[in-house]
Amino acid sequence: MPFSSGSMDLRTAMNGQAISTDLVIIGAGPVGLFAVFEAGLLGLRCHLVDNLDKIGGQCAELYPDKPIYDIPAVPRCTGQELIDRLLEQIRPFEPTFHLREQAERLERLDNGRWRVTTSAGTVFEAPAVAIAAGAGSFVPRRLPLPEAEQFEGRSLFYAVRRSEAFYGHRIVVAGGGDSALDWVLALQPHAASIALVHRRDEFRAAPSSVERMRRLAAEGALRLIIGQIVGLEGRDGELEAVRIKTQDGKEERVACDRLLAFYGLKMELGPIAHWGLDLDKGQIKVDTEAFETNLPGVFAIGDICTYPGKLKLILSGFHEAALMCQKAFRYCRPNERLIFRYTTSSTDLQKKLGVI
Amino acid sequence: MPTIRVFDREGKLHVLDAPVGWSVMEVIREAGLPIEAACGGCCACATCHVYVDPEWLDKLEPPHADETLMLDEAFQVQDNSRLSCQIKVTPELDGLTVTLAPEF
Ligand SMILES: Cc1cc2nc3c(=O)[nH]c(=O)nc-3n(C[C@H](O)[C@H](O)[C@H](O)COP(=O)(O)OP(=O)(O)OC[C@H]3O[C@@H](n4cnc5c(N)ncnc54)[C@H](O)[C@@H]3O)c2cc1C
Ligand code: FES
Repeated sequence: MPFSSGSMDLRTAMNGQAISTDLVIIGAGPVGLFAVFEAGLLGLRCHLVDNLDKIGGQCAELYPDKPIYDIPAVPRCTGQELIDRLLEQIRPFEPTFHLREQAERLERLDNGRWRVTTSAGTVFEAPAVAIAAGAGSFVPRRLPLPEAEQFEGRSLFYAVRRSEAFYGHRIVVAGGGDSALDWVLALQPHAASIALVHRRDEFRAAPSSVERMRRLAAEGALRLIIGQIVGLEGRDGELEAVRIKTQDGKEERVACDRLLAFYGLKMELGPIAHWGLDLDKGQIKVDTEAFETNLPGVFAIGDICTYPGKLKLILSGFHEAALMCQKAFRYCRPNERLIFRYTTSSTDLQKKLGVI
Repeated sequence: MPTIRVFDREGKLHVLDAPVGWSVMEVIREAGLPIEAACGGCCACATCHVYVDPEWLDKLEPPHADETLMLDEAFQVQDNSRLSCQIKVTPELDGLTVTLAPEF
């Protein structure tokens, strides 16, 4: 399946070329994926945007190994298996994925089409947009200390954009998962000093990384501190030290000018809140005929939409995707007639699916 | 019906009816108290973090490995930290007292 890299899209965007397609789908969770299938049966091409680095939304990010029992005709599958099967199902329609990009802006063009612009500068133009954004974008959890804000983006980071920006610094990394361990190992050779802070002496990260980290700690090349960050010190956005409460209840001050904190991800509605959509408690109001929002041609499906009786289940999202595509077709092919057909009997649909 | 006692983040006490078999998170959420519980009780988010009154701590089933791992992603974790979605209400837990952990 074609993937695009952020930099390539930036180039296209700078050339002033927008990607023209039928349907832009915001969110590559299970519902966004199934929308590709329903759109594909109607002959519509799709581009999907997701700011995660992987496909699959909550299923892949929050519970890849947990079982799901309520997908019709699939008595049991894990979150990741569901996503893998959806990917197999939509493969004939060759959707393009734009991962690690957040849809930032939605604008109506004079010709009635919609323009979607992402954080990486990718620009799409399409007659229809499907927002399948779940509970919002997955974003890193911030350090919940009142003083954290003044350091964010200057000396306190929740992700690494350019690792060189950390070279030569006194770094503290907080967390016990793969992100924390991977960055400790990657930055250690280039840091003036580096410490890893985690609340207990056990790590979720891959065993091989944990072993390498422990070896470096034993050699004195990095400091492993078991404890929790309770305060930050510094001024004008520049960190000077973090205060860590260690297991024995004592507080320790660790000099540092770069802090990288990995406390998992949370979901945040993000830019969607400013698109002029009718919202109800952070969800987008839709009609139940076509799951269209108050903006004509902009649809909302899956966990992000709300209507009387809405259930946040994957199966409801699949239904919403199917109905939504019928109306989206009318925006994409105003001069064509849509005929209802079954995949079982229609040679046209079977050709699209590549089975005959 | 058992009741559980919940201190919110302003320190106000709420005494809540707690149907046996529900999780403590569900009791708190249904009462409309501010608990995010983003994953709906699947031990996948750590946003139902509470502090259990020390007197009640050893009356609870000890946490599973899953819960301990998930607590790594919470903040200001203490010895009496638990994920409330992993505590099932039983008649023995009548009077259980917890405090909502800071939101983040
Ligand atoms: C632990 C757990 C267990 C569950 N078990 C079940 C179950 O057994 N059965 C069931 O039916 N449901 C279950 N659910 C619910 C189910 O996972 C959701 O209903 C489903 O994931 C919703 O799919 P979605 O595609 O609407 O959104 P999501 O899966 O939330 O995907 C939305 C995607 O959109 C992206 N996004 C949002 N905003 C933007 C933006 N501006 N730009 C780019 N990308 C954006 C997000 O990063 C995300 O990847 C469970 C949920 C959890 C957490
Ligand atoms: S509700 Fe998510 S871990 Fe308890």
